[in-house]
Amino acid sequence: MDIIYSTWPWYVAGPLITLTMFLLLKMGKKFGMSSNLRTMCSIGGAGKFADFFKFDWKKDSWNLYVVAGVIVGGFVALQFLTPTAPQINPDVVAKLQELGINSTNTAFLPTELFSLESLLTVKGFAIIIIGGFLVGFGARYAGGCTSGHAISGLSNLQLPSLIAVIGFFIGGLIMVHLIFPLIF
Amino acid sequence: MKKFLSFFGIGLFLGILFIKSEVASWFRIYEMFQFKSFHMYGIIGSAVVLGIIVVKYLKRNQSKDFSGNEIIINSKDKGFTRYITGGIIFGLGWALAGACPGPMYVLLGSMLPSILVLILGALIGTFVYGVLRNKLPH
Repeated sequence: MDIIYSTWPWYVAGPLITLTMFLLLKMGKKFGMSSNLRTMCSIGGAGKFADFFKFDWKKDSWNLYVVAGVIVGGFVALQFLTPTAPQINPDVVAKLQELGINSTNTAFLPTELFSLESLLTVKGFAIIIIGGFLVGFGARYAGGCTSGHAISGLSNLQLPSLIAVIGFFIGGLIMVHLIFPLIF
Repeated sequence: MKKFLSFFGIGLFLGILFIKSEVASWFRIYEMFQFKSFHMYGIIGSAVVLGIIVVKYLKRNQSKDFSGNEIIINSKDKGFTRYITGGIIFGLGWALAGACPGPMYVLLGSMLPSILVLILGALIGTFVYGVLRNKLPH
């Protein structure tokens, strides 16, 4: 049972991600977790506002089935299979304390950012909704996210995916090193 | 129903994987951008190295999928601006929210209302991109 309850090491998790990509290719699809957002916009009637959302989303309904599975899997894992929080490098724990985040090593997500109390403040709400907005906007602009570009795209040795992944890291480093000290 | 169950099953597996490997944890993403842990790099790196071998194998053997059709992996369109700009915008959000699209859904299982707002934000972002698409440099 230890295998289930403890953190899965990188050399287990990485190959299992490749296995998922392989299975999706064998099922005639591809591994990408952000195009379903476009599908949902289309279902919600976004086609009335932009041609980008006018496509035969029924053909893409499979990615909603995957999302449904991901939601249930996440629930099961978080509620029943994860007794310990991620254990983070001590240097990082200290850095986070300087930013006022003290829930490191005790929670899966920082309660300072994701709790209901935080969500009900202007700043807390803004951080979450802007974070989501940037992910959704950026993923479609770049034509893929971590799974589509970093995993599927790099596995296919595509130059556009390499450019996008370099962009992911430029953006992430700017946020963590330049913007976090301003907002926290 | 069989189609639903097979894709649902893959999602179920991925959801557990995203939590148990902690790639859906905000802390892990922060740690990655501080270059203080090999964990995330090991996951992405090993997935890509193995992925390259798998894709090469599938292409060399002109492998078929389960329904008997040849597996075709379409290359992304050539370009630079959209990939670097979109990538940077995505990266800003990835680090701020500590989650990319897959993990966002996974985190619904935490029962935190914030995650619904996060996904709403991602939907709005997708929608705004769709509306502005023709005005953006690609």
